[in-house]
Amino acid sequence: MSTETYALRTENLRKRFGSLEVARDVSITLPRGARHALIGPNGAGKTSLVNLITGQLPPDSGRVLLEGQDITRLNRAARVKAGLARTFQINQLFPALTPIEAITLAVTERKGTAGQFWRSLASHGDAIDEAWGILAQLRLTEVATRPTRVLAYGQQRLLEIGLALATRPKVLLLDEPAAGVPKGESAELFSVIAALPDDISVLFIEHDMSLVFKFAARIIVLVSGGVLLEAEPDVIRTDQRVRDVYLGQAHHG
Amino acid sequence: MTGNLLIVLFDGLAFGMLLFVLSVGLSVTLGLMNFVNLGHGAFGMLGGYVALVVTREAGLSFFLALPAAFVGAAVVGIACERTLFRRLYRSGELNQVLFTVGLVFVATAIATFLFGTGQQPIQIPDVLRGSVEIGGLRFGIYRIFLIVVALAVTAALIFGLEFTRFGASVRAAVDNQRVAQGLGIDVDTIFAITFALGCGLAGLGGALAIEIVGLDPTFAFHYLIYVLIVVAVGGLGSIGGSFLAAALLGIADVGGKYFVPELGSFLIYLLMVGVLFWRPLGLFGKR
Amino acid sequence: MADPSANQATIAGTQAWIRRQGRWSPYEIAFWIAVFVPFFFFPTYLTLASQIAIAALFALSVDLILGYAGIITLGHAMFFGLGAYAAGLLTKTGWGEPLTGLLISGAFVALVGFVVSFVIVRVQHLALLMITLGLGLLTLELANAMSWLTGGTDGLQGVSVWPIFGTFDYDLWGYTAYSYTLAVLFVGLLIARRIVHSAFGLSLRGIRENLNRMPAIGAPYQRRLQVIYTISAGMAGVAGALLTQTTSQVALDVLSFQRSADVVVMLILGGTGRLYGGIIGAIIFMVARDQLAGINPQYWYFWIGILLMIVVLVMPKGILGFLAQLWERIRR
Repeated sequence: MSTETYALRTENLRKRFGSLEVARDVSITLPRGARHALIGPNGAGKTSLVNLITGQLPPDSGRVLLEGQDITRLNRAARVKAGLARTFQINQLFPALTPIEAITLAVTERKGTAGQFWRSLASHGDAIDEAWGILAQLRLTEVATRPTRVLAYGQQRLLEIGLALATRPKVLLLDEPAAGVPKGESAELFSVIAALPDDISVLFIEHDMSLVFKFAARIIVLVSGGVLLEAEPDVIRTDQRVRDVYLGQAHHG
Repeated sequence: MTGNLLIVLFDGLAFGMLLFVLSVGLSVTLGLMNFVNLGHGAFGMLGGYVALVVTREAGLSFFLALPAAFVGAAVVGIACERTLFRRLYRSGELNQVLFTVGLVFVATAIATFLFGTGQQPIQIPDVLRGSVEIGGLRFGIYRIFLIVVALAVTAALIFGLEFTRFGASVRAAVDNQRVAQGLGIDVDTIFAITFALGCGLAGLGGALAIEIVGLDPTFAFHYLIYVLIVVAVGGLGSIGGSFLAAALLGIADVGGKYFVPELGSFLIYLLMVGVLFWRPLGLFGKR
Repeated sequence: MADPSANQATIAGTQAWIRRQGRWSPYEIAFWIAVFVPFFFFPTYLTLASQIAIAALFALSVDLILGYAGIITLGHAMFFGLGAYAAGLLTKTGWGEPLTGLLISGAFVALVGFVVSFVIVRVQHLALLMITLGLGLLTLELANAMSWLTGGTDGLQGVSVWPIFGTFDYDLWGYTAYSYTLAVLFVGLLIARRIVHSAFGLSLRGIRENLNRMPAIGAPYQRRLQVIYTISAGMAGVAGALLTQTTSQVALDVLSFQRSADVVVMLILGGTGRLYGGIIGAIIFMVARDQLAGINPQYWYFWIGILLMIVVLVMPKGILGFLAQLWERIRR
């Protein structure tokens, strides 16, 4: 298993809703330590692909492999336990919980101690310490004990990533981590992502091309459910097909 | 034995049709706005008491009492919707449930205050009394009348939904509210009108029910359970589903009480729990 | 006064903050002193006081699933009633020891709750409402039909419970009954407190706050819901058993929809997700009902209906939630 050189691989993933094909034979490979971007025009099926990989959508056919292990039939929680975490384009947080509570929750779920109703939460000192560490990494310690719903939007986006990190993922799928964040702050947010340890392989969806070219080592272009091209940023930058796709969209949109 | 079976089937079907008229409005409004209106049975009860007043106090014909029950329940329904219910569309199921349960409590108390706790009989026209004999079996004329009314209501609903502009808007709003709004459909008005129609149908059902099951202040709650079973089992927003679920429920209820009276309503509750466990969205539910 | 959140930006401060969440507040301590008042000042109301304690324990059991895990129920009387019948039938077999009776009844009902939980976690929204309602009505019908066992509409008569610890017999005034129910309520509250301030309790709040996120952090949320549902059922069963033991009979209405609705009303009235909401709600509800006992029960429900509508529209977080908001506003 650990002899595999890739972290995540999809093989011929297919999914259609009626006449709409959201995944056409998608086969992608994420090597260990990847910093890959997934780009494509609106409706290209980027979020659907993340949903297929994480198990929110069952594929019509095809396989998902995590370090050689076939996880196609595992449910969402089991995939997370196997080391596959994601964030959401629209915040999926716990509004009434404080960041320290939310992250501690995710940590105890990972450790398998979250079912213990006979021990006080305060006695899970190691989990709280670990949660604190994650908040420190995300520069969220100042607001650790405020309810999530009162946090600034940018802080909520960071917490979104923190929840995924608390599961200690091998592969992290970030669905537009900077969505809705003002331009000035989004670079800061991405610097947090860039600082993630190398043993986490990252695939992120992003619309802002300057961020994509700055932070991605490799780029996958998705168009109407299929992979158009996968290459280095320099290749993508000059590729005529990619240009056409985006220009075409600009014309129609 | 086959004769008995046929009569039970017939009576069950007639009872089912009654349940259909009582419930179909809730099915559509629930599918449209996700508003859990446990007060639906109270609108049925209101229709019943309107019919009672029209026939007994005003001395008018039962055939006039039926439209009066419809209009009475529809008017009160739209008044409640505009003033109270609309505040709760976004406030979660629990609040909707509690608020409308509160409404049932209030309606029950008011009915008791005005009419007492006793069963109220209603005067029906001579043409609807008695029975006809077919092949040695006697079929009650009133029950035949019920089935005819229910079929007419179904036909009108299907026609209205499938072939009119208003119906198309309702269907679009049930399918996807945001898209419908984007298409310039005034979902708010659509809902108010649909809600009024649904309450009106419940009122009509309440008036029709008196001859079969009687009328007293417990009606609002007792028939609410039947109504909810029809809606949940049939699937939200599905007229065909409600029709079938109502027919099944009516037959199961009448049949159960005829053949195994000692179990009371146990069978239908078991049936409902079973169906919902198997298909949480109901037999014909899409969402 | 210093801002209590000032020193939290350190790990020690945060650890302390988490410990504080589970600590006894002065209000709680004051409350548990106040519950002794009826012994000295209202001895004629001790019977009512034990009824309140039982209702409060029942409401607490509903708060665990509704307030903390977000599971709506319209049929929790099912567990209350099963507990009541279990305790009654146990004495019929010749075993009248009350404490073991409570435990056996509670364990039996928890087992039933565990079985039911497999159905409950499968469904949501309308189907959940209907299934809880349906199971409640179904149990009522069943108890009615099995009158050879339950006494049917006549109720289960001749329940004889032995003195508590073999010494304290039930007296006419209800000193023993109130002490007993109060002690059980206190134990119930200690258990509930421990649960909601545990990692498991945090996980439940996560489910309530955002069910969709839970699988994305690897949480087997259905199992969590099953556990709390089982505990809640057991606690409701103990409350029912207490009613049997203190009144020496079981009426069919322990299983009624009315009881399921009343307990939710009490909880909503007091405020959900606060442990004490159900207790405060039970006190107000039961005292009001006792004071208005002279009037026709139909009109009692008229006022309950009005109250429900007002609470939903004006104080959606219940009386305790309303007071907490008021307090926040004054403090600023």
